[in-house]
Parts: sequence; structure tokens; C-alpha cells
Amino acid sequence: MASPIQSFMAQGAQMFLVLLVAPAVAGITRKVKARLTRRQGPPVVQCYRDLLKLIRKDSVLAGNASWFFRTAPYLIFAFTWVAAALVPTFASGLMFNWAADVVALIALIGAARALLALAAMDVGTSFGGIGSSREMMIASLAEPASMLVMLTVALAAGTTRLPEVAQFLISQPLEIRVSFALAFVALVMVAIAENARIPVDNPATHLELTMVHEAMVLEYSGRHLAMIEAASYLKLVLYFSLVICLFVPFGMAPLHGEPIAWAIGLAAYLTKLTLAAMALGVWEVSIAKMRVFRVSEFLGSAFIFSFLAILLAFLSREVLR
Amino acid sequence: MTLALDVAPVMVAYDVAHFLAGMMLVASFMLLYQDRIFAVLNTFAAQAMLLALAVAWQGYVHHHPDLFITAAMAFGLKGIVIPLALNRMVVRLGIHRDVDQAVNVASSMFLGLGLTSLALLLVLKVTPGASSFTREGLALALAVILLGFLMMITRRNAVTQIVGFMSIENGLILAATGARGMPLVVEVSVAFSVLIALFVFAVFVFRIRERFDSVEIEYLDRVRGDRRVQGDGR
Amino acid sequence: MNVSVWAIAVIPIAAGILLALIPSYRVGAIGNVLASGLTFATSLSFLAMPPVVEDYVILDSLNTFFVVLNTLVGFTTSAFSASYIGHEIETGRLTPLFVRFYHAMFQAMMAAMNIALLANNIGVMWVGLELATLITVVMVGIYRTPNALEAAWKYFILGIVGISLAFFGTILVYLAGQGVLGEGLPAMTWSKLLASAPKLDAALLNLAFIFLLVGYGTKVGLAPLHAWLPDAHAEGPTPISAVLSGLLLNVALFALLRFKMLIAAHPGALKPGPIMITIGLLSLIFAAFMLYQRRDIKRLFAYSSIEHMGLITFAFGMGGPLANFAGLLHMVMHSLTKSAIFFAVGHVAQAKGTQQLSGIRGLSVTNPGLAVGLAFGVIAISGLPPFGAFMSEFLILSSTFAREPLLALAAAFGLLVALGALLLRLQNILFGAPTGPHHKVSASSLPWMVHLSLVLVAGLYLPAAVIAWFQKAAELLG
Repeated sequence: MASPIQSFMAQGAQMFLVLLVAPAVAGITRKVKARLTRRQGPPVVQCYRDLLKLIRKDSVLAGNASWFFRTAPYLIFAFTWVAAALVPTFASGLMFNWAADVVALIALIGAARALLALAAMDVGTSFGGIGSSREMMIASLAEPASMLVMLTVALAAGTTRLPEVAQFLISQPLEIRVSFALAFVALVMVAIAENARIPVDNPATHLELTMVHEAMVLEYSGRHLAMIEAASYLKLVLYFSLVICLFVPFGMAPLHGEPIAWAIGLAAYLTKLTLAAMALGVWEVSIAKMRVFRVSEFLGSAFIFSFLAILLAFLSREVLR
Repeated sequence: MTLALDVAPVMVAYDVAHFLAGMMLVASFMLLYQDRIFAVLNTFAAQAMLLALAVAWQGYVHHHPDLFITAAMAFGLKGIVIPLALNRMVVRLGIHRDVDQAVNVASSMFLGLGLTSLALLLVLKVTPGASSFTREGLALALAVILLGFLMMITRRNAVTQIVGFMSIENGLILAATGARGMPLVVEVSVAFSVLIALFVFAVFVFRIRERFDSVEIEYLDRVRGDRRVQGDGR
Repeated sequence: MNVSVWAIAVIPIAAGILLALIPSYRVGAIGNVLASGLTFATSLSFLAMPPVVEDYVILDSLNTFFVVLNTLVGFTTSAFSASYIGHEIETGRLTPLFVRFYHAMFQAMMAAMNIALLANNIGVMWVGLELATLITVVMVGIYRTPNALEAAWKYFILGIVGISLAFFGTILVYLAGQGVLGEGLPAMTWSKLLASAPKLDAALLNLAFIFLLVGYGTKVGLAPLHAWLPDAHAEGPTPISAVLSGLLLNVALFALLRFKMLIAAHPGALKPGPIMITIGLLSLIFAAFMLYQRRDIKRLFAYSSIEHMGLITFAFGMGGPLANFAGLLHMVMHSLTKSAIFFAVGHVAQAKGTQQLSGIRGLSVTNPGLAVGLAFGVIAISGLPPFGAFMSEFLILSSTFAREPLLALAAAFGLLVALGALLLRLQNILFGAPTGPHHKVSASSLPWMVHLSLVLVAGLYLPAAVIAWFQKAAELLG
């Protein structure tokens, strides 16, 4: 086990790493999308500039906005940041390893989502209501699927703590696991739905009737909007880190790592993150957005895949006993 | 980071078999929610090819060369010839491209999950002593069979009922392969019966089309028991 | 490799191929009769042969008589069919080309059934039964009317459901055998499986039996898996109804019995008895009540078949030497009587031009010969003395009453309900003012007379040799 100082430093570094990297990831995706559609597109650092601009602006509130409306963005940001900080990225010897449990993670994400949905309904506009109801419909299908995915991997690793899962996967020889393949597909589908990406939701849309996530944040402005935007960037990084940690964790520094291992881990993580962001950009350009009622079919199939994944994992475990 | 390349051969053999059988199960699920006939036929063709690979792999791993024949038959007949023939039939008879569902997709998917779990648990319980290949082959085969039955029940179209039956046969062949050493005589006979069955199907569908202008099963439902459409003798 | 054993299967196959090539339907009909007669004669030689147990073929006390019965009913049915087909061509219900296929498929079906009866390999048994089913499916739909197509499609779907389940059960039995007898042929050989039955894995056998019961039980027509039976009997040509009721149901039950023997020999496995009793009683009572609502004459007798197969399953479920004896006897009696009834019904339907009971009245006035045949047949199948079915039903009831009086009462109740329905209908058919058209029919009375006289003789006096055979077979069944 790493020394407390090292694990503290690793954890702190991770916290700030995800915060720093998040807007860049969103920026990379946007840039790739723009380039593929033969536009110049905003520069990669534009997201940082957007956040700074928003923080300096005044926040305009509706007359009937309650205290909840004002405090929700901070809470949402806090929950998401904690979740993103818990998922091991470049090292697994973190101070809060004991808290990095998949179930806790899902709870944190769920809490953030619930707060956002409530806040959207706070002011009483119809678009907020549309966004909230759609978001909850998506969540009701996506959450079971993500839970099953995590449990599939946890079943194979024998623990639900993410760092230990990552280390387990690193120590295994490379092999074909159909349950992991299915779980990967399911998690990617869930990630797309949760992050409000095409084909579930278009993050760049300005047509309110097609919005899900954007509809919920229509009423926000200024520093509140900055918090929420930052939270959505963090959520994207969180899901990328999750996919990387669960399925391709190679390069991560082991539990008692030295700075060299950390450096390697950092380089590996940043590479994978960039590749993932670019892949997302390519994906969004190549596919069209689905109609809202088709989203339930999409997520239903994600649920089926994840259920099959866990069934197959269970089967192979029983058979090989 | 370790990347052990000296993996035990048994593990690899098992993993590949498990992968192929698992993908067959996924194909069965996809058959359940497809709502266009051509998609159904393509998915069935994919399942047949996966079956061929699975059977060939079992033959390779356990040194049963006669299984290669079965694999070739599955690949050629059910992977290529039958989907093509059904495809042509659909086009020529002008059958509706969309398939009606008797039970909605979500319910049939949940039923499918339930049946799969049932099949896995049942086979695992009943075969404690058999080899790992046999157990997982049999479990997944039973799941494929039950899903095929589900597909036959929840669809209203004669062509998809045929495909449902064919996927049941895929499952049966997978099960027979899992039970190691089943003599070739049975496999040849099964394939032979498949041929006959297909012949029968084709003849029927033509006749049904002749009579009713469609292959919707509801049209066939008009005669039930003693009640007839053209007035009663009473 | 005994020649006549193989000849039983080869002759019908060769005849089938030959019949497919002969263009004239009259010659084809005669050829059909000849081939069936030849097969029957070959099977008679089995009675004198010692038992044969080989890898693929078995000839023991259980199936010897069944093969003889099978070929006999096949022979008389072909004779009936010869006189029936001419009328069908005249009325235009069938074309000569289809009649050619009909004859070829008839022989192929006989071959398949013989293979299933003689098979020692459980896979070959399954193949034979599946082929026979598929062929009868085609033949049920041969009239190509909407109703015939629906009946054939329903039969087909339920048939392949049954086949698939039975095959899975067969695989499981092989797996159980593989554990003890090793891979390959020995684990598929029924006689070897039976010899090592107590050592087989109980859980696998249980699961296998369930699958086999549902799979082959569908073919036997046990409720609730009977849905295909009434339609198939009503819409297919009458010779096929006779073959279905008289032969195919028996062969399917025979296959089921082989597996019942297997699982019963294992002390720790599921007891097949109670399940068979339940399902048999259910079929019996259900079919008996359904007899009252039928308006089509062939459907009426189809439900009667369900009822009797239920009774037979009930008897085999009870087990023990007397009940088994009675069950076997009833299988033979039912087979002969039901096919005789269908022979008569076929000509009745032709004479009256309809299968609706409301259109068939006053038969004793218009066709006295047919009326007599039908009357005797119905009396025989209702279980009234002096016909053979009375003896077998009485034995079943008395042996059950000695052990489980309540079950015997339930079975007797079902039989009485059925008796009432059949006699009621018979009265309507025979008496009353004649209705509808009246076609001249060149009916051959020989087939049903042969069958019914056999049944009558069996009811009055069973030869000692026959009793001895039944007793040996009953002992085998355990």
C-alpha cells in the first residue's frame, strides 16, 4: 500500500487533473466535429474561455426562483467533481480508494441528475418540465444498465472498488471475454445517453423541442451556468475515465507507485482520453439523432446487452469452477 | 503491466467457444426485436454462420473431424442458401416488409431475459459433473431454443415463424455439438430433416400466398374448431 | 443383420419411389395395396423370430406385435384408400398428380413408422418419428382448401415444437448415457442404456423425461398439447385420419414408453407414473366433455382418439402387470376400431357429401351397409361388450380400483360421459329422416369388417399366444 503522503498527493493531483482536463476534452470533441464537417470550428481552448466569460457575467434569475435554484448548480458541480475525482485515472494508489465503489459512483451521478431535474422544474417553465421528464425517462433505463455493467466487471474482479478492479484487469492475461465485450457496448450506449450526446440528444441544438439536457439549463445564466457547464464537462470526463478504467486500464500506475509509474500512467491516460474524445467526435458526425420515443428502445437494448453480459459472466464463472 | 502470452490452451479454447455461443444468444435477442423481414433474415444468416464457427471450433478443439461437415452444412445451407431462398420468396410473393408483433417488443425482451436466465440456471443445476464445454454449450443452446420458441409465439408472420423454427434448430445443433461424441448419423439426419422441413415450408408458404394474398397468420385463424366462416349447418 | 427386419423398412421405401413414378392413379392404388400387403406379410415372419438386439435395430416382445399391428392397419388402410380415392378424383377434390404423390408419401410414412418402431438407437427413433410427422403434415394439407391449409399449418407448427423438444430430451438422455457408457454409439443405444439405467445421472434423466414427455406427448395428442389433432383429422383425407389415429399416435406413445421404461428403471429419478396418470386423466375427461359440442363427424372421432390415448397413458402410468397388459390390449383395440370407424366415416361423408353431423341423418335408410359398420364401430369404441375394447377398459378400471379407487372412479366417469355422447350422436346419424344429397359410393366393406371382426374375436376369446405376448411385454414395461 502506498504511503499516506503519496496517496494524498495522487488523489489531490487527480482531482485537479480532471478539473483542468475536462473543458479541453469537450473542446477536442467539438473541434473534431467541426473539422469533419468542413468547418474551422472553435479552438480547443474555447471551452475555458466560455467558462471564464460566464463566471464574470451577472446571473439573471427569474422572479419566482427559490433558494434551491440558486444553490443547485454548486451542489451539482460538487457531486460530479467528487465522482470524477474518485475514478482512478493515472494511478490507483489514491487516498480515497475505499470510497471509490461503483455503487457509490452511481449514487453520486444519480444525485447530481436528480438535483438538476428538480432545479429545472423550479421556475415553472414548460421547457424545464420537458427536459426533466425526458431526462428521468432516460435515467430510469440507463441506470439499471450501467449498474449491471459495473457489476459484470465487478463479478469478474471479485470486488466493487474501482482501483482494485483496474489492478485486477491489468494483472490478467489478455483474453477474449464476450461478457466484457457486451458490457463495453452497453456502457458506451449508456455513456452516450447520460452525456446527452447524439443520437440521444444534440448538445448543440437550439430547438427547444428536441432538447433534453439543454432544456433543463435554459433558465440558468452567469456563474450558475458556468457551474453547470463545468459539471457537464466533468461528467463527460468521468464516463471516459470509467470506460478506460473498466475496460482498457493498461498503463495505470499500481497501488504503490513511484513517480516514474505516475508519469507513465499520466501519459497513458491523457492519450486514451484524447483518443476517446476524437472517437466521440467522429461518432457524433456519422449518426443522426433519434426521435425521443426511440430512445427507450436504444436504452432498452443497452439494458439487454448488460443483462446478457452479466448472465454470460455468471455462466462462465459457474462452469469453470 | 503483465501480458502473459503463455496462456493455458484450455482457457483459450473455452473462451472462444463461449464467445461464439454467447454471440449466438445475442443474435437470438436481436431476432426478437427486429421488425423488418430482411433484417430478420440477415440476423438469422449471421446466427447460422456463428453456429458454423462454433461447431467447427468444437471439432478442432476436441479432434472430431466429422463436426467440420456439420459446420459446413450449417454455413452453406442455413447461412447462405436458406436466407437467400427466403429473401427471394419474400420479394416474389410481395409479402409485407414489416412484421407485426403480437406482444410488444419490451415485454418480449423481458420474457426473453427471463427465459435465458431460466435456461442457464436449469442446465447448470442439472449437469454438475459434465465438462465445462458441455455445460456452457448446453445452457446457451437451451436459451437459444427457448428464445426461438418465443419468437414463434410473438410474431404474426409465417416467414418469421419459419425463421423462429430455424433458430430453434440452430440451438439444437449447438446442443448436440456440446454433447460430445454424438454419432454422425444423427447429425446427417438432422440436416436431412432440415431440408425436408424447408421444402415443406416453401410449399406451404406458396399455397398460403395462393389462397390468401398474404401470409398473415390472422387470416389463417378464421377457422377455429367447428366454427366456419360460411354459415353454420345448424 | 437379419434380412426381414431390414426388409420391413426397405420395401415401403422402394415402393414409395416406384409409386412416385407411376402416372396412372388406379395402378398406383393397386401398387399401394400390394406394397402394404407385402410389408404386412414380412412382419408376420417376426412372430416366429427370436429376439434381435443390434446396434441400430431391436426386436423384442414389446415392438414385435406393434410392427405387425402397424403393417396390418397400413394394409387395410391402403385397401380402403384404393376405394376412396376414386371418388375423390371424380368429385375433383384431388388431381391425379397429387394422388401419385399421395401414394408415394403413404409408403414413405409407413417406412418411417416402421423405422421408429424397430429402432434401438434413440436418435434413429426420433428421425423416424419426425419423418412420419412431416409426411403426414403434407398429406393433411393435400386438399389445398383454406381450412386444410390452416389445419396443416397448425399441425406443422405444433409438430415441430414437439420434435424440437423431443430432440433436446434425446440429447439429454445421450449426455446421461455418455457419463456411464462413454462417448459415441453405445450411449445412444436404448438396450444398453436400459441395462445401465440405475447408474445414469438422475437429474439429467428427470429433465430429459420432461422434455420427452412434452415433445412426444404432443404427437400422442395428450391434452393440453392436443390442439392440432381435431383439425388434422377433420381436414385431411380420411385414410390419413385413419393412419393418424390408428398408427401415428401409437408409435409416438410407444416412443414415450421406451423412455418411461428407462427412467422407471432408475430408483432415484422422477417417478413417471403420477405424471402420466395426471395427464392421461386430464385428456380423458377433457375430451369426453368436448365430444358433446362437436358438429363435424371426423372431429367427433378425433376427440374420441384423444380420450382413448388419455386412457391408455393413464393405464401405463398406473403400471404393474395387469394395468400394463390392459393398456397394451387397449392400444391394439383402439387402433383397430378407430381406423375401422374412419373407414366407415370416410364413405359416409362421401355418400352424404358433407362432414357436418347435421347433414348426416337417416343413414340406416339410405346406406344400410355403412350404417351397420358405423354402428358396430361406435359400439366397439364406446367400450360396450362384446367387443374387445370393453375387455381392456374393464381391466384398466378394475386394476386401478384395486389400488386407487378414486382414480378409477374418475376414469369411469370420463368413459361414461364419452359413451353418452357417442351413442347420442350415433342415434342421430342412423335414424331420423334422411337429409341432403345422396351419392352413390362404391364402398369396400372389407377393411372395416376385417378390423371389427378382429376386435369382436378379441373381446370373446384371446388366443393363449397373444395373452402370453402381452404378458411378456407388460412385464418389460414394469
